[in-house]
Amino acid sequence: MKGYLVLENGSIYEGERIGVERDVICEVVFNTSMTGYLEIFTDPSYAGQGVVMTYPLIGNYGLTKEDQESKKPWVEAVFVHEIAEMESNFRSKMHILDFLVEYEIPGLTGVNTRKLTKELRNAGTMKGKLVSSISHIEEIIKEIKEYSISHLVEKVSSKEKYTCGKGKTKIALFDFGAKQNIMESLLRRDCEVTVFPQDSSYQEFLTGEYEGIVLSNGPGNPEDCKTAIENIRKLYEQAQVPILGICLGHQLMGLATGAKTYKLKYGHRGPNHPVKDLVSKRVCITSQNHGYAIEDASINPKIAEISHVNINDGTVEGLRYIGHDIVTVQYHPEACPGPEDSSYLFDEFLERVRG
Amino acid sequence: MLSGQAAEFDYAGTQACHELKKEGIEVVLVNSNPATIMTDKNMADKIYIEPLTKKTVEKILTIEKPDSILPNLGGQTGLNIAMELYEDGFLASHGIRLLGTSPEGIKKAEDRQAFKDTMEQIGEPCVASKVVNTYEDAESFAKEIGLPVIVRPAYTLGGTGGGICYTMEELEETAKSGLHLSRVHQILIEKCISGWKEIEYEVMRDKNGSCITICNMENIDPVGVHTGDSIVVAPSQTLADKEYQMLRTSAIKIISALEIEGGCNVQFALNPNSFEYAVIEVNPRVSRSSALASKATGYPIAKVSSKIAIGYTLDEIKNEVTGKTYACFEPVLDYVIVKIPKWPFNKFLTASRKLGTQMKATGEVMAIAPSIEQALMKAIRSLEENVNSLELDKLKGLTNEEIREALKQVDNERIFVIAEALRRGINVDAIHEITTIDKFFINKIQRLVKVEKRLKQEELTKELLTFAKKMGYPDKVIATLCGKTESEIKQIRQENGIIANFKMVDTCAAEFDASTPYYYSSYDEENEALDKTDKKKILVLGSGPIRIGQGIEFDYCSVHCVWALKEKGYETIIVNNNPETVSTDFDIADKLYFEPLTSEDVENIVRCEKPYGAIVQFGGQTAIKLTKALTEMGVKILGTKEVDMDRAEDRELFDDALEKCGIPRPKGETVFTVEEGIKVANELKYPVLVRPSYVLGGQGMAIAYNDNEVKDFINEINKTEQEHPILVDKYMLGKELEVDAIFDGEDVLIPGIMEHLERAGIHSGDSISVYPTQHINIENQKTIIEYTKKIAKELNILGVLNIQFIINRGNVYIIEVNPRSSRTVPYISKVTNLPVIDIATHVILGEKLKDMPYGTGVYKQSDYIAVKMPIFSFEKIKNADTSLGPEMKSTGEVLGISKVFSEAILKAFIASGVNIPYKGNVLITVRDKDKIEMLPLASKLDNLGFHIFATSGTANFLNENGVEAEVVQKIWEGENSIPDLIGSGKLSFIINTPTKGKHESRDGFKIRRLAVESKIPCFTALDTVEALYEALEKGTKEEDLTPVDIGII
Repeated sequence: MKGYLVLENGSIYEGERIGVERDVICEVVFNTSMTGYLEIFTDPSYAGQGVVMTYPLIGNYGLTKEDQESKKPWVEAVFVHEIAEMESNFRSKMHILDFLVEYEIPGLTGVNTRKLTKELRNAGTMKGKLVSSISHIEEIIKEIKEYSISHLVEKVSSKEKYTCGKGKTKIALFDFGAKQNIMESLLRRDCEVTVFPQDSSYQEFLTGEYEGIVLSNGPGNPEDCKTAIENIRKLYEQAQVPILGICLGHQLMGLATGAKTYKLKYGHRGPNHPVKDLVSKRVCITSQNHGYAIEDASINPKIAEISHVNINDGTVEGLRYIGHDIVTVQYHPEACPGPEDSSYLFDEFLERVRG
Repeated sequence: MLSGQAAEFDYAGTQACHELKKEGIEVVLVNSNPATIMTDKNMADKIYIEPLTKKTVEKILTIEKPDSILPNLGGQTGLNIAMELYEDGFLASHGIRLLGTSPEGIKKAEDRQAFKDTMEQIGEPCVASKVVNTYEDAESFAKEIGLPVIVRPAYTLGGTGGGICYTMEELEETAKSGLHLSRVHQILIEKCISGWKEIEYEVMRDKNGSCITICNMENIDPVGVHTGDSIVVAPSQTLADKEYQMLRTSAIKIISALEIEGGCNVQFALNPNSFEYAVIEVNPRVSRSSALASKATGYPIAKVSSKIAIGYTLDEIKNEVTGKTYACFEPVLDYVIVKIPKWPFNKFLTASRKLGTQMKATGEVMAIAPSIEQALMKAIRSLEENVNSLELDKLKGLTNEEIREALKQVDNERIFVIAEALRRGINVDAIHEITTIDKFFINKIQRLVKVEKRLKQEELTKELLTFAKKMGYPDKVIATLCGKTESEIKQIRQENGIIANFKMVDTCAAEFDASTPYYYSSYDEENEALDKTDKKKILVLGSGPIRIGQGIEFDYCSVHCVWALKEKGYETIIVNNNPETVSTDFDIADKLYFEPLTSEDVENIVRCEKPYGAIVQFGGQTAIKLTKALTEMGVKILGTKEVDMDRAEDRELFDDALEKCGIPRPKGETVFTVEEGIKVANELKYPVLVRPSYVLGGQGMAIAYNDNEVKDFINEINKTEQEHPILVDKYMLGKELEVDAIFDGEDVLIPGIMEHLERAGIHSGDSISVYPTQHINIENQKTIIEYTKKIAKELNILGVLNIQFIINRGNVYIIEVNPRSSRTVPYISKVTNLPVIDIATHVILGEKLKDMPYGTGVYKQSDYIAVKMPIFSFEKIKNADTSLGPEMKSTGEVLGISKVFSEAILKAFIASGVNIPYKGNVLITVRDKDKIEMLPLASKLDNLGFHIFATSGTANFLNENGVEAEVVQKIWEGENSIPDLIGSGKLSFIINTPTKGKHESRDGFKIRRLAVESKIPCFTALDTVEALYEALEKGTKEEDLTPVDIGII
């Protein structure tokens, strides 16, 4: 069955409908990863977004739920060039189409994803609607324009506090939509991880129980997270333990300490972003997924120094807070999908935690 | 200083020279291959086309006193020499640094044991294996780990001498030959992991320790087939992110442990049923795979490698594709690539087509498309094997059982057998069971087979046609399948707007705006190749995959043509599909189309670009074949016109032209059938030369001595459908000469006359060629010039032509005229210092020779003598007959340059890898009619102090005539027989002239194969031995030779 992606500027992309047949409005973004479609679809940071996969063959190696980054997919819709007819991998338990149907995710295949990506690159990220009919195009465009997407963190964050693992080091994970592999990365390093919902009070972290705090990734505009920013400001002021911020966590710490964030034209979503460590001069290839960034001019040099920058566009990729044991990065040391090169950040964090 | 090697490294050397010179570094280049662009005068400050041996390189280093050597861009040979120079302290004592990678790093990667130890230290798994130096150790280890095992000799190129052994007998044979072939007499015995996935990563590292992976690749053929012989896709298709990152991390760990600064290739085997993997091999240098990765992603690996070698870091080097980002990132693709090797089996009818750990391919094609199906279909037609789909006629007659059996064969036709099996209803699972090829890929073939079926059964709707095009089916095949004509399909497509669009290779999947003029076709909408230019556009057609008879010489010509056109202000468009070439670097032409060279694919480009004209005369037979199609598309052929090219190729028209000019040629007729052939042969009187028309490299050509042979040869030729008649000519014995010439309509310019040292009957590409001529009188030379001018004028040549002459009893005859660039053009350009292609391009554009500063007639003769020597790959192709004849067999060439003929020829022999014997034992087995001629030569060898062995007939004859010879028993005669003698390692070389026929059961054939496998030079033409004698006669040694910088010629 035919389906269409209508962008807010009126562009239309045709394809065959896959997954569940449901019309949906979303922010349309593209990801350049050549592997890791399941990790992407289940990453809570994609809440509210429809993802265009630039790699043209999706579903090649099937999927297994053990690779999911959360319990369910968070993407609103997927747009792909081609879905593999036959998947093949020793771990595969399921075909990607069955997965989309199971979790009621709509999508399109047969889309000219390269043309769509170029349009998003040139015009910037846009909202769009996935529909089965374009006979009332003006109405669709009006509806898209009026639609607003917000409060995503509330949607994806854990509703309850809970604890995982029995490791020797107790870590508090402030969950704004944390990827499963942040948890796994800590558990693998002998930690006991307590997950806190996004609206938890700072006081809960300061009981003396936790030896380190991790601020997780998450979706949407960081400025929406007013409560969390307030709590993080208190943590900045009062926490006596090391803090590691990842992606949205990095942005929230920035906002909490007076820096500003802005929306990138079309974001960084892919497995190949070069990030330079300004001290070691070494460059790591990092996995990224963010639409916002910290404005470098807004950073108070007395509060934080830039530790990492993006080689491609010079954007801020990491901050080291002065006089505080706080390190935050814009990218994903937990990988999944993408390179594992910066997993050392967890090692360094835990070294500091364990003194 | 750089040192280089084979064809696939030409692009690397060329990129490196450019970059280094741009940095203001004085570059000295050493390479023995004259057909390369990197050995062009303007490429480096000093260029030595000299043997790539330690002695010669030492000499050059002493003369040039470079600060450093850059050894990791020239392949294995360069790396080996650099290591030898390091190991014996030469570099240290002369204060020369090795750039790129440290000698310790190279050793860790190249030396089997050191590699294993390093992998163990960093916790990276290797396959169970052991390095051994004797056969006994090999045997006991094989018993320990169990058969099958793989034998890999240390320090050999392309895995020479290795193989999988399923029995102890096979192990004995392979291990012994491997030990012999290895430079350090060392082999690795390894647990066989056939059936695992074979995955490669191209990695890059700089001095700060920053690492990136450029590309990963997955072989469709699982472990067991050499990666050079595998069909490869990029990026990997069947790896989930977990496996992809696991291997990527391992590759980075390895390059870091080896402290490589530059590019590196890591090969993995991955168990298809678990996360278990093993590191198979690491190449601490630019390799064949990096050429592929470079073209597949658009990332200029060699360029970046050389910048890293001189101290830049990845984040300091700009990404020239986007112009905005830096070299420090990982390319992401929004298309797939498929590489298929080009094998020489059509040249070696007796050779085994079986594929294993020993690489047999001579070249490769690559195709880019949004889907695997389309890329595979494009790659298949790029091979120029007259196959345009997955249907192979010869398989149609086999029974289902035979097809099942054929699936078990790992050979060059496996992919076609799989398609045929699917057509017969054998399912994906069953095929996977037999072949161990991943089901994902078998399914892709199945999808293609389904399209065939739909086209045969269903009505051709717009949807079906669009689908077939997206699946890569060419109009020609669609037409056949649905019972229409090709032009009907084209018309339906045009009416329905089903047209090819072009997409850009931009390294970043459209994330950044890029301006690389590097395109591939797709049936997705939006054409990205549209642009506005006021310049006139000229299309230059490339020469496709490297094969015997059409090597990089033609790429040299295409690239030089592009450069000349650019200089004249034209916009240049190049079309090619060979990832190993300079012409497919995206910064050579203004636009690069990486596409199959078929008329439909080229027409898509023509429709998009609307070029002012096309130049076909530099792209070998591949480009020439497209002349007619281009003319029909309304594209103006610049240079010699189609009708005139025809007059050189068509026998009758050519005879008319020669007659008009009063030029004699050996008598001959055209025939279609065996009966006609025999009749003509008897009229002409034996021996006669039998060959098909319109071929390159003498394919299918043979000398017949009787009716039976005429019958055999014609039947062989007629196995493939012939559009043109077969030629039967009187075979004339005599001196062969060759000229390349430029003709502008009025005047001719001949860079020089080349003389072949072997007499007529051996293909010109396989003979030793000398410039200037050494044994030709002035009268004959004058005649050659006169004939050249006459025939060029008669054939309305505009540009270059190549003519083969023969001198028989003092008279000059023309054997053939090629109205195009030939394989000797790069060589003659270099030794005469005449930019032949540049001049020819100007002439094609309308300029006159008399207005240029080079004069007309024969160009002034060089003070230097240049000897071009062919090189062969016989040791890699089992059961290929090594005897030379009218069909070309060489896969490359080297050059020897000196002011003294004997020294030039000595250099050429050394460069070609012949271990020059100054004394020792020689085995002579010649056919009866060669005995008389052999006598003086044997006597000369005797005088030089060689001890001669010969079979009884030859030995008696020699002894009777005063040349001492010891009798050796024939092959079947038991003890002290020829095989024992060859196996003993006592022989310096063998002289064996082949008896008629090509059968592998003959003794001569066996002797020649034994010689190849034991690495003993075996000469099959007496003229070659005569040349060797000239080189040896004065007792000159390699260390006495003076290297020549070709810049001073």
